[in-house]
This record gives sequence, structure tokens and C-alpha cells, in this order.
Amino acid sequence: MLKDITLGQFFPGKTVIHRLDPRTKLLILILYIVALFLAKSYLSYALMLVFLVTVTLLGHIPFKSMTRGLKPMLIFILFTAVLNLFYTKSGRLLFEWKFIHIYSGGVRTAFFMVLRILLLICGTFLLTYTTSPIALTDALERLLNPLKKLHVPVHELAMMMCIALRFIPTLIEETDKIISAQKARGADFETGNLLRRAKALVPILVPLFVSAFRRADELATAMECRCYHGGDGRTRLKVLRYAKLDYLAFLIGLALLAAVIVLRHFGL
Amino acid sequence: MPPIIEVRDLTHIYSAGTPFEYTAIENVNLSLQSGELIGLIGHTGSGKSTLIQHLNGLLKPTSGKVLFRGEDIWKEKKFTQSIRSRVGLVFQYPEYQLFEETCWKDIAFGPRNQGISGDELDARVRRAAGFVGIGPELLEKSPFDLSGGQKRRVAIAGVIAMEPDVLILDEPTAGLDAAGRDSILENIRAYQQAQNAAVLMVSHSMEEVAALCSRLIVMNHGGVAMDGTPSEVFTRSEELVQMGLSVPQVTTVFRLLRQRGLKLPADVYTVRYAVRCLAAWKEGRSC
Ligand SMILES: Nc1ncnc2c1ncn2[C@@H]1O[C@H](COP(=O)(O)OP(=O)(O)OP(=O)(O)O)[C@@H](O)[C@H]1O
Ligand SMILES: [Mg+2]
Repeated sequence: MLKDITLGQFFPGKTVIHRLDPRTKLLILILYIVALFLAKSYLSYALMLVFLVTVTLLGHIPFKSMTRGLKPMLIFILFTAVLNLFYTKSGRLLFEWKFIHIYSGGVRTAFFMVLRILLLICGTFLLTYTTSPIALTDALERLLNPLKKLHVPVHELAMMMCIALRFIPTLIEETDKIISAQKARGADFETGNLLRRAKALVPILVPLFVSAFRRADELATAMECRCYHGGDGRTRLKVLRYAKLDYLAFLIGLALLAAVIVLRHFGL
Repeated sequence: MPPIIEVRDLTHIYSAGTPFEYTAIENVNLSLQSGELIGLIGHTGSGKSTLIQHLNGLLKPTSGKVLFRGEDIWKEKKFTQSIRSRVGLVFQYPEYQLFEETCWKDIAFGPRNQGISGDELDARVRRAAGFVGIGPELLEKSPFDLSGGQKRRVAIAGVIAMEPDVLILDEPTAGLDAAGRDSILENIRAYQQAQNAAVLMVSHSMEEVAALCSRLIVMNHGGVAMDGTPSEVFTRSEELVQMGLSVPQVTTVFRLLRQRGLKLPADVYTVRYAVRCLAAWKEGRSC
């Protein structure tokens, strides 16, 4: 079923990682990504890996759901690996067959590339697994707040994102229902050529759009009834506040970045 | 006569193998006969919708079997597909699934998928529209221009047009007014009698199932708690109330009257029968 897609799904919990301020987590993710792109040696990659595994364990995220989330990326990762393997021409020649030449440098680059992508994806997953989408948009809005001075409609953008996120599960559920209902009337989505399959989507898309517009309409009315008129003068139910834990976490993130930079400096 | 549908030890677990795993129904056993009109009742979340989606092969059992005329509906892909037109399923709020430009085309969607065309198709559409009281003048209109009740009828006609041997409806009267409700129920009964079909209807209204159905199945916590005639089921009113269900109002009135020592039967569940009993009671005879 569509519902079982886990790409970036939130696992509710009460661990240290869950309790961190979403802004802290977002900033640490940025530090982590910068560190990842500066890392060059086995040692610094090992450091990154240790960091990732520690956070995963602290957040009680099952490794199984991590690997399941990686599955859709597999082709992309393989593609990168193959490309780097064949097209890097440095180091010793390890293998030669007709037009295929594999150098030791290629193996090394491919290995690091794959590792880097894996670490990048897993790091991002950790954020979305331990932070609800609503908290994330909230954090984004707060972090981008200074841009308001430049007349960027930060609040409106955040609100739009929030609504979109809120309605993704609803629409997926609705799509599931409509698919079932049309299947019950003998609709066949699995056989036939491309044109036939595209045509078979009409009985799903029309009701889906009709209901999406109806929902949007209802939501707009409901928001107006509660006197929503944009971000000015709005107060919040949950005010984000940094706690001691957040400063500590942020320091650890900085330390990670610093360590990677130092290692890089010494050519390690 | 062998049952038209038989359910054996059916269990369904949603999102099995994830943190969201949830057992919606467990060890359900049932059988439906042709010509039966059955009411399926149960508290919200008791697994009614999950159960009925197994009967036409939309959901695959986690364990257990569903047999159609003695054959496992999952034995091969073609057969599962063909079951969908033998067992018609009308979802809750079916009007949200209309999509064609005209009502005629929408009703024709099901039979067309069955491979029917030409005059036969037109005849099917008109017959189905007739069953649900949609006149020929509405068939050329867009379904989006109809009233809520009319949309619902067109959607039900879309399933009836496949002329299924088993018709299953998930809360067909939810959100309709009394007159609309009665006439849809009457349409369903008319179809059941004309085709000698088995009809299974999910409902939250005890009055409705009491007046219409010859057999009631009560679900509770993902299992079948009771299965019998309305009088058998409604005599166990205390248990029903414990499951968060109600009994028809006349049944409650009669239970209270009996508590006050009046000699009245316990299995009263329709107003008509109640009137007869009260009249008989006044004259001092049994009904
Ligand atoms: N697609 C799904 N994924 C996960 N859980 C589900 C899904 N559909 C239903 N459930 C769960 O299964 C249980 C039974 O649901 P079901 O829809 O069968 O109940 P129901 O008896 O039809 O209730 P209602 O009277 O409210 O329609 C519910 O607790 C529901 O949360
Ligand atoms: Mg239901």
C-alpha cells in the first residue's frame, strides 16, 4: 500500500534526540553536512560514522528502518559508484579488460563517494525520523525570520509548507481509498501499454482533484472562521526555547566539524 | 445449499513488520448464502470495513482464506480480478469516487471493465439506474451537478450495473435524511430480491438493520461477537450496550417495560411488531 512508504517518516518518541529543539537539530545537520564534505580520510569518515551511529542509538531508531529508507536510493548510489570506478584514472592500474580500466584511485573515490552519500542520506533521515514535520517547519520559520526584513514572506511560506505536509498523509489515504473503490468496479491499473495505463489514471485523478479542492476550500473557510490573517501579531502555543541540552548538542556538533577540519589540515 | 462466500480463520494485520503494526481483524469465520440480507454492525474501529474489503479481494488476508462458491479467491490473479465483478463493493461515501462527464458514463464504468458493450451496456446502465431511482433525464447530466443523495444513488448504481451475485455496502445511508435513507434501503432490497443476491450491509443504525435484515452479524474488537437473527441478537441487549452499541429504541422501551413487570416479549425490535404486541397486551392475550 502507498501508506507503507517510509521515506522521511516521523517515529514518535521521547529520547534525548527527540527532545532537542528542532532548530538545534537542523543546525547540527548543517554542521554535519559541511563536515561530511570536508572529510577526506578514513579517520575522519570513521569519526562521522561513529557520530551517526551514536545518534541513531540514542534516538532508538531501528537500523532496519534506516536500511528500508535507503532502498529507493540504491540505484542512484550504484550509479555513482560505477561512474567513479570507471572514470577516475589515478593510482595504480588494477584491472584491464578491453575498454575497461580500473585504477586504485577509482576504487578509493568510489568507496568514499558511496560512503559520503550513505552518511548524507542517513543523517537527513535521522532528522526526519526524530522530528515531526510540524516542528521542522516551525524551526525553519524561526531560523529564517531575519529574512522578513528583506520582505521574504517567511511566515506564509512556512504555513504553506506546514499545510502541505499536514495533508500528504490525508491525500495518500484518500488515494488509497479511491484506488480501492475503482478496483472494486473492475478498473485495471497493472496491464496494458503506457497509453492505456495513463488513461487508467483518470478515474483516480479526477476524484482526487475534486476532493483536494473541496478540502482546500473547507480549510480556508475554517481558518478564516478562526480569524487567521497572516503572521503579524500571531502568538504560539508551543514557543521554541533553547535548553542546556541544546547548547551541549550544538557544541558536540561544532566539535565534530572542528575535528574534521583539523584532521584535514594535517592531511589525514 | 453451499454458501456463496465463506470466510475461514481470517486475520488481517495492517503494516505488518513496521512499528505501526495493527491487528484489525482476527480469526473471523463467516458464511453468506444467496438471497440473504445481512446487517453487519459493530463499534467504530471494530474491523467492519477491513472485513468487507477481503470479500472481493481488495485486501489480502494475512492468514486464513476467503472462498467464493468453494474456491479460494486468491488462487490465481485472473480469478481474483473476476471476483471483483461477482462481489460488488460500495464504499463509504461512494459519491466521492464519481469521475465521468455524465452519470451514464460513470455507471457504465464497471460493466465496461467487465467487457460489456453496445446495447447490452445501455440496458445494464438503465436497469441499474432504475433500481436506485435515477430517471433517464438525469443520466445525461454531469454527476457533479447532482444533489448529495442523487450522487450516492449514481455511485451505488455504478456497482449494481455489474450485476454482482453478492452486494456489499459500507454505511450506504450515512449522512442522508430520513426519506433518502428509506428509499435507498428500499432500492437495496429490490435489487436483492430481483437478483436473489446475497447482500451485506454495514450500518450504525440499529433501527435500519432491524427493519431490513434477516440476519445480523455483530463485530467487536476485530472478531465476530454475535451472528444470528435480529431477535436473537437484540435479546442480548446488555451485551450490545457493553460493546458500545445501542439497540433499537423500541427494544429499550420494551426492556424497561419488562423491568417494571409487564409481561411482554424480549425480542421486539421493529415498531410494527411493538404495536401488535402492545395491542395484544391491552386485550390480555399474547402476541
Ligand atoms: N490502512 C490502514 N492502515 C492501518 N490501520 C488501519 C487501516 N485501515 C484501518 N486501520 C485500523 O484498523 C481498525 C479497523 O478499521 P476499520 O476501518 O475496519 O473499522 P470499522 O469497523 O469499519 O470502523 P467504522 O465504523 O468507523 O467505519 C481501526 O482501528 C483502524 O485504525
Ligand atoms: Mg468503516
